[in-house]
Amino acid sequence: MIKVTYIDHAGTAREIEVEEGVDLMDVAVDNLVPGIDGDCGGVAACATCHVHVDPAWQDKLPPMGEEEDAMLELADDRNENSRLACQLKASPELDGLILHTPIGQH
Amino acid sequence: MNETVVIIGGGQAGAQTAVSLRKEGFSGAITLVCEEPVLPYQRPPLSKTYLAGELPKERLFIKPAAFYEKAKIDLLLGVRVNAIDTQQQRLALDNHQSLPYSHLVFATGGRVRPLHCPGIEHHHVHYLRTLADVDAMHDKFKPGKRLVIIGGGYVGLETAAVAVKHGLEVSVLVARPTALGRVTSKVVGQFFEQVHRSAGVNLQSNTDVECLQGNNEEVVLTTRGALLSADLVVVGIGLLPNVELAESADILCEDGINTDQYGRTSIANIYAAGDCANHPNAIYKRRMRLQSVQNAIDQAKTVAASICGKNKPYIQIPWFWSDQYDLKLQTAGVNTGYDEIVLRGDPETRSFAAFYLRAGRLLAVDAINRPAEFVAARNIINKNLVVSAARLSDESIAAKALASPQDTTSPT
Ligand SMILES: Cc1cc2nc3c(=O)[nH]c(=O)nc-3n(C[C@H](O)[C@H](O)[C@H](O)COP(=O)(O)OP(=O)(O)OC[C@H]3O[C@@H](n4cnc5c(N)ncnc54)[C@H](O)[C@@H]3O)c2cc1C
Ligand code: FES
Repeated sequence: MIKVTYIDHAGTAREIEVEEGVDLMDVAVDNLVPGIDGDCGGVAACATCHVHVDPAWQDKLPPMGEEEDAMLELADDRNENSRLACQLKASPELDGLILHTPIGQH
Repeated sequence: MNETVVIIGGGQAGAQTAVSLRKEGFSGAITLVCEEPVLPYQRPPLSKTYLAGELPKERLFIKPAAFYEKAKIDLLLGVRVNAIDTQQQRLALDNHQSLPYSHLVFATGGRVRPLHCPGIEHHHVHYLRTLADVDAMHDKFKPGKRLVIIGGGYVGLETAAVAVKHGLEVSVLVARPTALGRVTSKVVGQFFEQVHRSAGVNLQSNTDVECLQGNNEEVVLTTRGALLSADLVVVGIGLLPNVELAESADILCEDGINTDQYGRTSIANIYAAGDCANHPNAIYKRRMRLQSVQNAIDQAKTVAASICGKNKPYIQIPWFWSDQYDLKLQTAGVNTGYDEIVLRGDPETRSFAAFYLRAGRLLAVDAINRPAEFVAARNIINKNLVVSAARLSDESIAAKALASPQDTTSPT
């Protein structure tokens, strides 16, 4: 099992154990994590799954695709740690990953 | 006072209304009544990844069952609302029960437009709107089978793309001169026709089906005197909004249930959202009824806010997507009434954007494998910028820069 922690803008942390390969937007929706809507169902079309990845994990993430990069322009509070959760999959290298949900999405 | 919201319909709009009511802090009772006997689910994958067998059923659900429990949202699934008494504020259900409401939301969506032609009731003929529809064709959706799709809209073309990839022999019959004729321009429609033909689809435009004849094995379609045999026929010729229940309650309906920009219908405390609703659009300055996930979700949010006494008008740039083969189409805006099309990039490269303008202002974009142009168009429309055709087509200017106000004044 891989651990992923979602922290909302108020600082509330939710640690969730997930299986390898699952999409981190789906995990958030299934576990009722506030601030992640996933309106398009995970096809990088809506940007409602925007998260800020904890800087410590930046190097371990898969590179960002052109589409993800473009869609993030639609997210409020984009910064250098921004990603779309639906484009991230749980993997052993990401065990312990911390994701922050931006305030704009609450 | 104990307030009770009843939502009729559990599609994207109905589910979002319930979710957003709780987000807005509504503390009364919420009941969602839906004829379909499944948890609210997403329809887009039905003609894409779910049809392809790449997505398990559970992933279609908008929220897990536990969410509704926790949020105290009562789901009455497999139940139909038969009648409304707007005086008594009560609904009659098909399970012989009745439900009181203080606020009522129509999220009744639409149903497939039926094709009227002899032989259409044959059991190899299917429509594609619901999960049950897709599951029903599963056994015939097999490599080597002959599939005939009637209708050249997004659902028909997406189905064709999945079927070809799956090894079916696919024909698409389009009544209009060009596929996607109702929803986009000739350039974009012809581009998709070309893509399908080169993938091996037998796509015929200007082709009406005159009749169908079938036995247990197959269906034979007659079109313009020619015969076409099929193991499976899928009809996708559009949607009819579910307005009859609203009409029977004397709620004003034109093309859909009329609302104002707060989602309110012509009767107090009754609202409508999603595919069934016809709203006055503040951006395009006319009434319209849209059929998209974005519209269903954003209108539902507006309705939830209205019920909570917070007026949040519905002012959103419409957007939509369609996945076919390796192509992702993203549409922003509504192109109706355009007088100029500007292409950016070459369709031959399978990556281009078609910008639609009226009197020099951007109305909409169809962006094919061009997410940055899709985003730029949304920003241009949002900020009401004027960007010249020359700039829009100039690939030496980054797509991102198209929507920067300072760039719009530079000489072209
Ligand atoms: C195959 C397919 C692919 C699509 N792909 C895309 C896409 O890629 N992108 C996109 O943006 N949009 C897409 N759409 C459109 C999108 O799915 C719809 O716009 C959206 O689902 C509309 O949601 P809704 O809640 O308004 O209506 P619906 O989803 O139609 O839900 C209405 C529900 O109400 C129920 N109902 C109706 N009357 C009653 C009654 N009297 N009592 C009880 N229940 C009732 C119906 O049974 C239904 O379950 C697609 C649609 C289909 C069918
Ligand atoms: S869920 Fe829509 S972009 Fe991630």
